[in-house]
Amino acid sequence: MESVLGRYKNLIVLVAVLFAQVLGLAVQVKRTTDTESSRLIRVWAVSAVTPFEKVLVWVQTGAGNLWHNYFYLRGVRAENRELKQQLEQLRLEQIRLNEDAAQARRLQALLGFKEQFISETMPAQVIGSGGSEQSRIVYIDKGEHNGLKPDMAVITGTGVVGKILKVFRSTSQVLLIDDQSSGVGGILEKSRLQGIVRGTPAGEVVLEKIMNDEAVQAGDIVRTSGGDRIFPKGLPVGVVTRVSNGTGSDLFLNIRVRPAANLAKLEEVLVVTKVEEREPTPAETSPVRAADILSQRLPSVPDKPSLEPSPSTSAGTRATQATPAPKTPDKNSVPGVPQPNAMKAGEGTAAPLLRTQTGVSPKASLPGTTAPNAEAAPAALKSAAEHKPAPSPIKVAEQSPAAPKAKPAAPPAVPQPAKSQDGQQ
Amino acid sequence: MPITYTSGEQVEVYRFSIPFTILVPVTALFLQAWLPRQFPFFAMFDLPLLVTIFFAMARRNPVSGLLTGAAIGVFQDALTGLPIGINGIAKTVVGYGASSLGVKLDVENAGARLLVTLVFYVVHEIVYFVVARGMVALSLQWSWPHELGAALANAVVGVLLYLALDRFKQRT
Repeated sequence: MESVLGRYKNLIVLVAVLFAQVLGLAVQVKRTTDTESSRLIRVWAVSAVTPFEKVLVWVQTGAGNLWHNYFYLRGVRAENRELKQQLEQLRLEQIRLNEDAAQARRLQALLGFKEQFISETMPAQVIGSGGSEQSRIVYIDKGEHNGLKPDMAVITGTGVVGKILKVFRSTSQVLLIDDQSSGVGGILEKSRLQGIVRGTPAGEVVLEKIMNDEAVQAGDIVRTSGGDRIFPKGLPVGVVTRVSNGTGSDLFLNIRVRPAANLAKLEEVLVVTKVEEREPTPAETSPVRAADILSQRLPSVPDKPSLEPSPSTSAGTRATQATPAPKTPDKNSVPGVPQPNAMKAGEGTAAPLLRTQTGVSPKASLPGTTAPNAEAAPAALKSAAEHKPAPSPIKVAEQSPAAPKAKPAAPPAVPQPAKSQDGQQ
Repeated sequence: MPITYTSGEQVEVYRFSIPFTILVPVTALFLQAWLPRQFPFFAMFDLPLLVTIFFAMARRNPVSGLLTGAAIGVFQDALTGLPIGINGIAKTVVGYGASSLGVKLDVENAGARLLVTLVFYVVHEIVYFVVARGMVALSLQWSWPHELGAALANAVVGVLLYLALDRFKQRT
């Protein structure tokens, strides 16, 4: 017996160690959560490795900051100017988007939808990875101490990154959306088809469960559907790059998706720590007629001007309010040259808003509403057009009242004064 | 590039200091977790496997080789999101095999090391694939060109790594 044990000692130890590991594997696969012993091993391994990763990332960031803040300051002023200009443009865009969002909220309130809002996020830095091609995870430098919990969504400014898988004391494990065990509820932006966004063993991202007979094209944007209760609805997931029919008896399309976030170059991410579900407020749910929404968007009907010549400013202002794209020529202006007055900051910025708001938005029109006010709208425009050639000190404008009266003005009466002015010029 | 059989008396067995024994695997695990974020192509390398093979060939003791492989593999699994034990089983087999081979063959020259590392990388991947598909039901894809290419790349890096680590060997 002893000779057998002595002769095969190495083999026996090998079999014993392998058996122990297979048993541990079987226990882990059977349970849905970590056992105490396997969690301890994970904690030890993570505690051994992540401090070095944090230090390295700190050194990297410090060196990068030193370079950028002290050695790479060329062109900072010009860049600053350019960025300020971009900021101005973005602010204007934000104003327009706020208006659209407010309208959408009012309409959703009418239909009684509940919305999810990202109310709190926490920035975190990516400090390491799982180091394996089969497990696409990253580690971030925030953990239990910072209030993170499993199944919190992780995003960047460009799109969805993944969700928190495990939380340790000061780090967390994030499962990326291109991991084969990941799944995100997705919806195509245009067609509103819902599917599941999964990762593949090769690290690609696919959209599953879309039937073969549905129309999906390359370039379609995929967003989160909110159905998984992890990611708020509407976040960008990626863009469809390739669509092909399922092979054999497969009923679903093969849709490849390019992730919106660059998963290979993650540095900073945002963890969604709080999502609010908001019901429409009483103010938003109070009865609002579609006609009222429309009337808010229409320009106000100017008062009928008096016969006596009025000061140019007030006439110019009324004309501006009556038409979406006013161009009141100055007395001293050179014909054909755009005038600075017409492009003052206020007017210049107001013009796009008015332009978008005077159009009858399809969202604003609710089914089943009679439109006495809708009929009044073109009439208002019509009357505005008829009254547009208000008396002004400019010679060209004074001659214009005859021209519109000759034609029954159609609602898009904007070009007429310009035409008459151009003709006369 | 002859692979010579050596008798038991001619085989040199080495040992290492305890700090070295602990630091090198931890450093390998750390680099394996950190470098792929900076250089995505680095995910094809398996530094913990190379360290396992190095220690197994140097010590030439199957028991210590398999135990070293098991420990390194388990810790490597702990850093991934997968169940613990897949890398552990694969590296246990590699540690046992490399140390058993080290007893019988002279694996000190670069050519032998290149071949041994190449073969054991493929063995490691096969065992990993079988365990992951068979026990954990992971859907992995096997590609011979990819695996052979990665094996060659790992073998080249391994030979260079072994040259660096040879300085810390202590003869028994």
